[in-house]
Amino acid sequence: MTRDLDFIRELARRIRLHTLRMVHATKASHIGSCFSMTDILAVLYGSVLRVNPRRPEWDDRDRFVLSKGHGAAAIYAVLAERGFFPLAWLDTFCRDGSHLAGHITHHGVPGVEMSSGSLGHGLSTATGMALAGKSDARPYRVYALLSDGELDEGSSWEAILFAPHHKLDNLVAIVDYNKIQSFGTVDEVLPLDPLADKWRAFGWSVLEVDGHDPEALLAAFDQVPLVAGRPTVVIAHTVKGKGVSFMEDKLAWHYKSPDDAQLATAYHELGVAT
Amino acid sequence: MRTSFIETLCEVAARDERIWLLTADLGYSVLETFRDRFPRRYLNVGVAEQNMAGIAAGLARCGKVPFIFSIANFPTFRCLEQIRVDICYHEANVKIVSVGGGFSYGPQGYTHHGIEDLAVMRCLPGMTVVAPGDPEETRGATEAVAQAAGPCYLRLGKAKEPSVHASQPKFRLGRALMLRDGSDLTLISTGAMLAETVRTAARLEADGLSVRVLSMHTVKPLDHEAVLAAAKQTGGIVSVEEHSLVGGLGSAIADLLAESGKPFGFFRKFGVPDEVRQYVGSQEYLRRRCGDLYNLARSCVRLRRVA
Repeated sequence: MTRDLDFIRELARRIRLHTLRMVHATKASHIGSCFSMTDILAVLYGSVLRVNPRRPEWDDRDRFVLSKGHGAAAIYAVLAERGFFPLAWLDTFCRDGSHLAGHITHHGVPGVEMSSGSLGHGLSTATGMALAGKSDARPYRVYALLSDGELDEGSSWEAILFAPHHKLDNLVAIVDYNKIQSFGTVDEVLPLDPLADKWRAFGWSVLEVDGHDPEALLAAFDQVPLVAGRPTVVIAHTVKGKGVSFMEDKLAWHYKSPDDAQLATAYHELGVAT
Repeated sequence: MRTSFIETLCEVAARDERIWLLTADLGYSVLETFRDRFPRRYLNVGVAEQNMAGIAAGLARCGKVPFIFSIANFPTFRCLEQIRVDICYHEANVKIVSVGGGFSYGPQGYTHHGIEDLAVMRCLPGMTVVAPGDPEETRGATEAVAQAAGPCYLRLGKAKEPSVHASQPKFRLGRALMLRDGSDLTLISTGAMLAETVRTAARLEADGLSVRVLSMHTVKPLDHEAVLAAAKQTGGIVSVEEHSLVGGLGSAIADLLAESGKPFGFFRKFGVPDEVRQYVGSQEYLRRRCGDLYNLARSCVRLRRVA
């Protein structure tokens, strides 16, 4: 797998372009949530994950669970870019009869491990996969990408409590810490800080990185597991709507889809002539 | 029932390495035999049913067949959304086992009464819902559930339920068992009400009535053939369950009869009315609060004769 940073950056740019187009065409929401994790997806699917688009059910593949299922558009985009299914499928996003629901769905979509969209589920299912991997002495790792908002869910903390006790060092949680949840900032709604200390206190090894810096993300994933016998959490500091100036750090872009003029501006900012 | 469940599960697990058993910290003096024989496939996740259901789904996605176990409402209601999304959405091969169906934990109060579980599990897509009638059926049910593909719910009583069948019956998911044949009415029972249903049938026979008794151990998929045959051949049906009158076996039968477009004589449901949640007491006491099955059945036949 490549460690070419230019390739990863270009992959991220293409994910953002696809996502823009999909969300604009169907007036779907959650573009801000997609953009905050786009660079993480580009690093994972561009370099880190051992997956094979021609054999999506390969037994020893790394598993990626998108727990924040509302980020569906971005994951469909990266899966299509990596060849799990044709790019043309992206045009069906949220359309009648499509497989590509607005919250991530596995049914009929190669490369998607778990459907989600109800928050606080993904770390538990990833934990089950990590347990199976340990039990079968398989070499794969399991990655679960969580939103900050879903850390409000008690079930998230059930899994956070469980994984270190079972020494699941093949499990990697990633928090897309963009500090905005659906009805306000995390600090306004239910503050999480000191977030790293909380995970540490539960027995995880913790890495904090700039979630938009591919080099820093790669360096972080290189260190996994930071401590043998412990699960790792990568707390990725991110910006909601990252990559399009008028969307960045704006609560409204959790829900909005761009109109035609905003689409043109966004394309322009992402380096596409319109 | 729980003893025959765990004995059978151990037998199945000895043959099938995919079988795991997860508990949310309940099952003292029940699960130890499995834990000791298969420590690598046994997991006490702590008091965390949501995590247990999610973990089970993850295990199932990696080829395991996990059974998740707890008392009454905890492996069902407490993690209902995990069951809906992580298990049913993925058609995950997870088996949900609740011990304490109905009023098994009667004196413990409403939190421990398993009386809405059949309704809720029944409405989940792809879920097979099984409530065996005695320890003999429990053996067959445990084996069948382990072999069935996809999500299954297995509702057990607690302990020391009497064996109604003289020996282990031929058990097939979705196929009712006939315990006695008759021509005047049919009592269709699910779960541990079977013994009382058979006793009631004997009393009715002493009154000169000819009573068919079916053990409908599988509530979903329902045995349509057996129900429609009973309606046609015996003129009427009384459903019997230790479960809310809403949404359980009785409702499933009512749906079928109403949609069949065929005349079905009388139909009545015996079950738990709303207000029973306010009562505390033994299983026998709480069953009595639900009414009198014998009188209900008698009145049905009387009504038909008047008509």
